Amino acid sequence: MQFDRRELMKLLGFGGVVIGSGLPGFSLAASKGKPAEDFMFLQLSDSHWGFSGPPNPEADRTLKEAVQAVNASKEKPDFIVFTGDLTHTTDDDALRRKRMTEFKTIVSELRVPKVYFLAGEHDAALDKGQAYQEHFGVLHQSFVHKGVHFITLDNVSDPQGAVGDTQIDWLKSELGKLDKDAPIVVLTHRPLFDLAPQWDWATADGAKVLSVLEPYRHLTVFYGHIHQENHRTTGNIAHHSAKSLIFPLPAPMSVPKKQPVAWDPQHPGKGLGYREIEVKDKGRALTLEEYDVKGARV
Amino acid sequence: MTGLALALLVGAGAQETAPPRVIKMTAKKFEYSPAEIHLKRGEHVILELTSLDRKHGFKLPELGIRSDVLPGNTARIELTPEKAGRFPFACDVFCGDGHEDMTGTLIVDP
Repeated sequence: MQFDRRELMKLLGFGGVVIGSGLPGFSLAASKGKPAEDFMFLQLSDSHWGFSGPPNPEADRTLKEAVQAVNASKEKPDFIVFTGDLTHTTDDDALRRKRMTEFKTIVSELRVPKVYFLAGEHDAALDKGQAYQEHFGVLHQSFVHKGVHFITLDNVSDPQGAVGDTQIDWLKSELGKLDKDAPIVVLTHRPLFDLAPQWDWATADGAKVLSVLEPYRHLTVFYGHIHQENHRTTGNIAHHSAKSLIFPLPAPMSVPKKQPVAWDPQHPGKGLGYREIEVKDKGRALTLEEYDVKGARV
Repeated sequence: MTGLALALLVGAGAQETAPPRVIKMTAKKFEYSPAEIHLKRGEHVILELTSLDRKHGFKLPELGIRSDVLPGNTARIELTPEKAGRFPFACDVFCGDGHEDMTGTLIVDP
């Protein structure tokens, strides 16, 4: 894990969320008996199927490797969620659909009970999600898994990256059914907070969304878009971004111009990977583990 | 005495009513022109933006500025920066493969 202990301890104070393993204090939780409600899911993100270029000379293989790694793992997730940018954008509507079909064929090999999808702006912003919905269904939804409430939000089919009042009203209605202590996981593509608006790493009406989420005491957000791990908190809410499956991007505002981190031929696939999330304590304790595209823990 | 006061008043009035400098900008996939804008701290300017192809955006978060940039239309953004520095701006309306490269910098000299 790529964050320091000070940040880790800070995060521990929020929403009962536990992050990381192999660190002091975590083995105890892991060694306790496993109640029936415990489960694990995976977050995969930003595969950009159809991309080609120097930032990833193996772009036609990376997603397939990740699928193989997941299938080879001994621990089976209850489900997988892809947090957007499944495909790389194109102005050609036919090519967009071809990429989506190819992506679906590749991930259909995943041997898991269920796969949930979210759109990224590369999938959905140019046609307001039309092709995406034809291939993957709804742009936002909610579901319950073993007592944990999952809500997926669409902050990409509006080209300006807004969730929009209609969806926010739906979100209010969904959350309104729940107790303030209910375990909730929100999944999005873009960060809901202003991580780096200068780099378009934000949601246009994210502040409005966060004000709706804020009263809930056990709510965690997982997102993609920025092609790297990032762990932040806003109020009670922990926000975790995932690595990508195509190329890493630099840390927020760390360089004058945002560009993919150069491919390292000595370490192919460096900075790429996916995430495992273990859900314990009736959804109130989440443990994150990071894996590279070959399934090795990092 | 009266003459001096009048001269000062006229001078001040002339300064206040000096028209702002107009900086014309264009946006197209996937660049702004110019992509670097220089101005002085306290200088009153108007950015006039138009798009040459499709809808774009202009977002300059550190100065609280955001506008749509449309073909056949001119967006006018009036500003008088009070602090020097380099302020990045970017298109915030997803416009295709290259959208992420559509950036620029407003440079305010001291």
